[in-house]
Amino acid sequence: MSKKLLEIDKLTVSFETDEGVFKAVDDVSFHIKNNEIVGLIGESGCGKSVTALSILRLIPSPAGRIEKGRIIFSSKDLLKLDIREMKKIRGNAVSIIFQEPAAALSPLHKIGQQMIEGLMLHKNISKKTAWNIAESWLKKVSIPDAGERMFSYPYQLSGGMQQRVIIAMALMLTPDLVIADEPTTALDVTTQAQVFELIKELRQSHTSILLITHDIGVIWEMCDRAVVMYASRIVEEGNINDIFSKPAHPYTKGLLKSVPKLSTDAERLMPIHGYVPSPFNYPSGCYFRDRCPQAFDRCKKEKPQLVDLGNGHKTACFLV
Amino acid sequence: MDNQLIKQPILEIRNLKTWFPIKRGIMARTEGYVKAVDGISMHLYKGETLGLVGESGCGKTTLGRTLLRLEEPQKGKILFLGKNLLDLKRKKLKKMRKKIQMIFQDPLTSLNPRMNVLDIVTEGLVEYKIIKNNKEDHAKRLMKEVGLDENSIYRYPHEFSGGQRQRISIARSISLKPDLLVCDEPVSALDVSVQAQIINLLLDLRDSYNLSYIFISHDISIVSNIANRIAVMYLGKIVEQGPAFDIINNPMHPYTKALINAVPTPGIYKKKKIVLKGETPSPSSPPPGCNFHTRCPEVMDICGKIEPQELKTEMRQVWCHLYKG
Ligand SMILES: Nc1ncnc2c1ncn2[C@@H]1O[C@H](COP(=O)(O)OP(=O)(O)OP(=O)(O)O)[C@@H](O)[C@H]1O
Ligand SMILES: Nc1ncnc2c1ncn2[C@@H]1O[C@H](COP(=O)(O)OP(=O)(O)OP(=O)(O)O)[C@@H](O)[C@H]1O
Ligand code: SF4
Ligand code: SF4
Ligand SMILES: [Mg+2]
Ligand SMILES: [Mg+2]
Repeated sequence: MSKKLLEIDKLTVSFETDEGVFKAVDDVSFHIKNNEIVGLIGESGCGKSVTALSILRLIPSPAGRIEKGRIIFSSKDLLKLDIREMKKIRGNAVSIIFQEPAAALSPLHKIGQQMIEGLMLHKNISKKTAWNIAESWLKKVSIPDAGERMFSYPYQLSGGMQQRVIIAMALMLTPDLVIADEPTTALDVTTQAQVFELIKELRQSHTSILLITHDIGVIWEMCDRAVVMYASRIVEEGNINDIFSKPAHPYTKGLLKSVPKLSTDAERLMPIHGYVPSPFNYPSGCYFRDRCPQAFDRCKKEKPQLVDLGNGHKTACFLV
Repeated sequence: MDNQLIKQPILEIRNLKTWFPIKRGIMARTEGYVKAVDGISMHLYKGETLGLVGESGCGKTTLGRTLLRLEEPQKGKILFLGKNLLDLKRKKLKKMRKKIQMIFQDPLTSLNPRMNVLDIVTEGLVEYKIIKNNKEDHAKRLMKEVGLDENSIYRYPHEFSGGQRQRISIARSISLKPDLLVCDEPVSALDVSVQAQIINLLLDLRDSYNLSYIFISHDISIVSNIANRIAVMYLGKIVEQGPAFDIINNPMHPYTKALINAVPTPGIYKKKKIVLKGETPSPSSPPPGCNFHTRCPEVMDICGKIEPQELKTEMRQVWCHLYKG
């Protein structure tokens, strides 16, 4: 059994808005082992990005606040580190690929300039060496004319090219943990396949990956284990084969059914009916109750807790 | 119905070229061009959805932006409802713009961070004087249509998750009930269950308002769920075009085959992939002959020398030397 690299324990994060305070992440616990790729999946707004940002303490404050929990990385509680120590971790030991390229790239500076900054900061190397490393990583993420592109501004690149620049920026620092928040949403499948080859190579060199995505196909092809979130809480967790062959939570089952398949049958897709409740209006009891085809009396009254079904497969539902 | 009307395409593009100059040095001399869109012809009928798929950087967004004249093409014609958009002056163009809307790829850059959602989704309605008061009601209706909490109209874009932001931009773009909606990766940022809802919503809107879509996506499985026809792009050109069913079930061009093969599908076993080898060629100096020949698994001698001509059957076109008329 390999060691736990990251352990998130009972993380709770809240936001204060004009309408009041709500929990974006509620009592979330999971771990990532060395060399492991763990997928984090769930409906838009369920708290995936907030979980990811919490790991690096990048929650915008004062609006957002980590209320409780521990985030143990390499035996240190990241929530207890001072800012200086935290800065050393960011980019160096843990790097993050942000969900929106626009947020991660400055529109005013050339790609090359932005890429070498992090390298020079963390790796203590000369500008020239950094430039060469950066350029080689642009090539690795299949950007044509890499040398030329180092001099481009972000707006001169396509959406998917910008995303690949961000991926290169995170991976070239060869961290222990990469948090990848929807890293390939803008990429076509052939380019995505190339990027994933790269990520798998990194895993060979002892990098663990937290892969956040809404693409179930990607989870299937890339991950060892998956964590499913719904409305700020974890509803299911397990290794990939268990999640796909015997999903236990009605939400996970619905998710698997709504995958768009490669077909032109006139049949409509089968989304889970209804909408995600607003975080101010979570129903009593099980948060999925309003949309659950199997809800019964008890679901109204009590909040289901995660139950271990064996082999690390856990779910929070009264049906099991 | 009048047959003439049905046969008349709502949009027709002829030999469109959008090239970006590459400038270098203090004199900013043009030293070449990024041939993002390099001679594209296509058409779209009323109520039809054309799916545009292809590799990252192949020119999909540029083509979409050119249709709205957000980029100026070097060459070609864009006939919308019979008029060449490229000849229109400002005032007429503004009128046309109401009829053509675009949903952009990156919701964060396309939503004004200083406007609340109420103002964002009703901006067009106010600008074109379609509504005067009860902005709130309209905003709430639109929010509901795209599956967002109608009580959050006073919140700002940064207070929403990535997926929620994309839904806001979808709400904005359908507010003016346009004739043609250019959707640039509209659901790429959404999780599958919401993707399915949005695609169903787009299908409903298409049926009830007889909307036409150009649906740009790098994800051919999503496209297969909404498009009547599919055009496959590679390096600035269309390589294959035809009814969605035929393209998916019987892809002819080797690039289309690779694209369909690479779709990750959850299942019992992990299938063997055709991973395209080699670097993506530069769009400023595309390979001679067939521009896919540097990566094509079925490449032949002739491919690097001679550009393949269009092979046309009644409904379908393909550009590849494997097929002879
Ligand atoms: N800065 C913020 N201020 C207020 N609320 C926020 C902020 N950031 C996120 N939220 C809210 O927290 C919740 C969780 O957001 P998060 O970004 O983690 O969702 P997500 O699971 O990553 O969704 P997506 O798949 O759409 O990216 C959402 O309801 C969102 O609106
Ligand atoms: N404003 C610009 N100036 C210079 N080059 C540009 C500009 N906009 C796009 N390009 C280039 O044009 C080519 C096509 O870009 P485009 O954004 O159309 O690709 P795309 O097919 O939409 O890709 P993606 O799937 O990654 O979004 C790319 O090589 C890109 O770098
Ligand atoms: S606890 Fe009840 S409502 Fe919740 S998922 Fe299980 S059956 Fe459905
Ligand atoms: S023309 Fe030749 S290189 Fe091009 S796609 Fe066809 S077989 Fe491949
Ligand atoms: Mg997110
Ligand atoms: Mg694009």
